[in-house]
Amino acid sequence: MKYHTQALAFPYFIAALALFLIQVLAGVLAGTVYVFPNLLSESVPFHIIRMIHTNALLVWLLLGYFGASYFLIPEESEREIHSPKLAWLQLGIFVFAALAAVGSYLSGVHEGREFLEQPFWVKILMVIAFLIFIYNVTMTVLKGRKTVVSIVLLLGLWGAAIFFMFAFYNPDNLAVDKLYWWWVVHVWVEGVWELIMAAMLAFLLIKLTGVDREVIEKWLYVIVGFSLFSGLLGTGHHYYWIGAPEYWHWIGIIFSFLEVVPFFAMMLWAFYLVKKSGRDHPNRAAILWSLGCPVMAFIGAGLLGLMHSFPSINFYTHGTQLTAAHGHLAFYGAYVMLNLAFFTYALPALRKVQPFNQTLNIWSFWLMNAAMIGITFALVFAGVLQTHLQRVLGMGYMQVQSQIELFYWLRLGAGVFFIIGALMFIYSALGPVREQITTTKHAH
Amino acid sequence: MAEYLTKSAARNIFYGGSIFFLIIFAALTIHTHFYMVNVATDESTLTESVVRGKHVWERHSCINCHSLLGEGAYFAPELGNVWIRYGGKQSPEGARAGLKAWMRAQPTGVEGRRQMPQFNLSEQELDDLVDFLEWTSRINTLGWPPGISG
Repeated sequence: MKYHTQALAFPYFIAALALFLIQVLAGVLAGTVYVFPNLLSESVPFHIIRMIHTNALLVWLLLGYFGASYFLIPEESEREIHSPKLAWLQLGIFVFAALAAVGSYLSGVHEGREFLEQPFWVKILMVIAFLIFIYNVTMTVLKGRKTVVSIVLLLGLWGAAIFFMFAFYNPDNLAVDKLYWWWVVHVWVEGVWELIMAAMLAFLLIKLTGVDREVIEKWLYVIVGFSLFSGLLGTGHHYYWIGAPEYWHWIGIIFSFLEVVPFFAMMLWAFYLVKKSGRDHPNRAAILWSLGCPVMAFIGAGLLGLMHSFPSINFYTHGTQLTAAHGHLAFYGAYVMLNLAFFTYALPALRKVQPFNQTLNIWSFWLMNAAMIGITFALVFAGVLQTHLQRVLGMGYMQVQSQIELFYWLRLGAGVFFIIGALMFIYSALGPVREQITTTKHAH
Repeated sequence: MAEYLTKSAARNIFYGGSIFFLIIFAALTIHTHFYMVNVATDESTLTESVVRGKHVWERHSCINCHSLLGEGAYFAPELGNVWIRYGGKQSPEGARAGLKAWMRAQPTGVEGRRQMPQFNLSEQELDDLVDFLEWTSRINTLGWPPGISG
């Protein structure tokens, strides 16, 4: 760690991991309600648990991006963060807003558009924190060395802030409401967040492989180019059945195919660079996560997404458990693993030790991956059956749900293993340092 | 790796292409906006009670159990066509009474069955919500969902 303001990342990562734990606990609780439907039905109904599950995910991923930015921008810009005080203020506001949202949901106060349920004043606090952040990192980059990594990262962060403005526009016409709701939801996760992902991955690959920055950065432009070219009009695959014109069916399917390209490219890019370097970086766990992330993103976000993006298939599968299966693996592969990769890489420096607890961390990698694949498979089977029984045969919704209960049990079982994996990761990351890599010759 | 593609060429393609696709996306969205207002939905019946009903829907976060036009939580039935499912086309009064009675009767408390909370909606709120669901069922969704079960 060359710049002492990089240490600002540490409290962000701790807050992110705390919310990660809340997210997976809420997820397993929701999975439990699927099989024991009377559980908590009066005190904490399902819709409250689910809001906590999805919102905690979004907030901790953002905290991870903030922390990662504070860690990597000083190194890229070759100067300290513009204002450490503002970074602390931002963290305070953001964490307060997140906890206030959870408390507010538990007391039944919320708005009602999916993922944008935060009460108005919480949204305002989050925007204030986000603007403080954008100001702070932009000033740092402007005053220092401008690299492709930091520019692409900034574009992604600015994009996330700008497109979030559509969260404040709630038209009375439901169809129009949905049209612009996707300008936040889709453009974030299948557009500007991919810029953040590619930039963070590029930084990790530069540090872990030592391959020439010029090569990595050229391909970074190509990848984020494909992300935006495909991702913006790829929004069309959400416009099939909400009252939009039929031309979106053609746009949706063509650009859904193209949306797979950046994920495929990121996977090739990561493997090519790690292979090319031939270097043995001591933080093997960080390399594992950095390679695993684009693989799982390609399968979960790329392939599973494309599979039901054909209008003729989506007509039958839209809004079934298949959507849930895709959502889980896509978020996990692309963004959860990205953050866990970054934490694994940065925490040794932040804790001023050599790469540590690698064995436990690597075990948590395999356990969480296996568990998430289990969750995904269970939901895919549930979704295929649901599609056939409900959409093809026309059986009633509740009747179909009782037919597919077995898969909800399997999903819950996999979810329990996921929690164990998450706890192992958190313990290996923040717990006592039991084993350190002794060599210092390659440490960055 | 391809040597004919320089870094600055890659950068220019990225910026130029992104702006190009953003403009197309924005233009098509504007077109879709007008298409929705003028063709796919019935703005003339988008009354104040429908708008109030949408807010009832949002205030109680119905979307985090149900789905509406396929978007939502998939924990409870699709409601974009619930008006049709309750026979609203044949008997609007019957469908209205049925939907209101259903919401008043929650939770069922039946062991092993998913529970819908009791939201204690007023008579007016119930009517507004039903108006909203009725209006929603008339959006032109190109034939989706495939069947009455949603």
